[in-house]
Amino acid sequence: MNSATPTPMTDIPHRQAHASEQPPAVAETQSRADQWIICEHCDSVYESIPLNKGEAAYCLRCAAILRRNHRLTVEQLLALSIAACILFIFANVFPVISISMQGLHNEVTLWGSVQALAQGQITLIALVAGLAIILAPALQIALLFWVLAHAHRGQIAPGFKMCMRTLEHLRPWSMLEVCLLGILVAIVKLAGMLDVHPGAGLWAMAMLMVLILLIAGKDIRRLWDELGVRPE
Amino acid sequence: MNGIPYAREYKVTLCHVCSYVCPEDAHECPRCDSPVHRRKPNSLTRTWAFLIAGLIFYIPANLLPVMYTTMLGSSSENTIMSGVIEFAEGGSWDIAILIFIASVVVPCIKFLVLGLMLVTCQRRSTWAMRERSRLFRFIELIGYWSMLDVLVVALVAALVQFRGLSTIEPRLGILFFGLVVVMTMLAAMTFDPRLIWDAEVEDVR
Repeated sequence: MNSATPTPMTDIPHRQAHASEQPPAVAETQSRADQWIICEHCDSVYESIPLNKGEAAYCLRCAAILRRNHRLTVEQLLALSIAACILFIFANVFPVISISMQGLHNEVTLWGSVQALAQGQITLIALVAGLAIILAPALQIALLFWVLAHAHRGQIAPGFKMCMRTLEHLRPWSMLEVCLLGILVAIVKLAGMLDVHPGAGLWAMAMLMVLILLIAGKDIRRLWDELGVRPE
Repeated sequence: MNGIPYAREYKVTLCHVCSYVCPEDAHECPRCDSPVHRRKPNSLTRTWAFLIAGLIFYIPANLLPVMYTTMLGSSSENTIMSGVIEFAEGGSWDIAILIFIASVVVPCIKFLVLGLMLVTCQRRSTWAMRERSRLFRFIELIGYWSMLDVLVVALVAALVQFRGLSTIEPRLGILFFGLVVVMTMLAAMTFDPRLIWDAEVEDVR
């Protein structure tokens, strides 16, 4: 990431609390709480300050990233999610690797490789692989498109809460970058014994991986604030 | 330690799903309706459970073959380590090292680090808290790369299907290996890194 300048945040709530020697009243706490950032790794509280483009704020206690300033606008994210949708279709329709051996020819798509695991006792792992390389990315793209298309028009998408929660839970299980490395390893592995050709799906996969990293990160949480979703 | 206030001192809790600052007594995030806990419930016990399950699955994952290869009449079964050795002997050191890191080094580091986290948190150790926090974030980051071997086996098995000439089939070992990855990922998800810092203060439930 470029120019990740540590921006120490002021601990104003701390000083106020000590000045009064009294914990703040609950109502007062909640109204000020919108301005606070809590570190998810150590529970430290900071007062939020605006960040410049490309800057990131780090926790002074545990050095985790508190917040990064987003470089992409909602329109750009929407455009990228449409591109990701098209690339996802390409990556799944076209074979990722094709091989030939003594006049015989074979090729594999992502779905084909998941199916290869779905044999007898080990079917369970086919479900995990299917989630990691097909289902999770597909849902991520679809949900992002849904919330971003509405956010673009300044609306809160129907089912916004559920979409955003699902996106959070899907993130760790989306493993396109691992899949891409797996395809490369498989190519090298087989190149020793037969003719291997990377397919069109591989290039789509490579681009899709970059797009998913750009659009599906934690950054998307800012929609909560930008759309002004209020607690009931 | 360095005077930065904890969320607890302001009677607030972080929602892990939408980053909303919730009141301390909330059971659900007022903004996104996800369950909110001051600390992940039974974090240490659950993490131990997933970690031990992962360790148990790691044994068959290494002993059982992951792949069955038939090549022009002769057949062979490969475990994860024999696959790595085959690559190394065939001269592709780079791929051998890559697979070795993804399928042996990464899971072992995860077991060791998670074990270290659990033991130090139970002992309420104040040793190297910042470094332990960093270490935990590091294993969260590298954890899922172990899926590499599962996906390689899937791709290769789907491709090499020339009846009579050469076929490759996945074997039971790959199921256990995949489960090791899933278990260690779940262990890392259920561990609450805030417990590292709770050693500084009295118990937070």
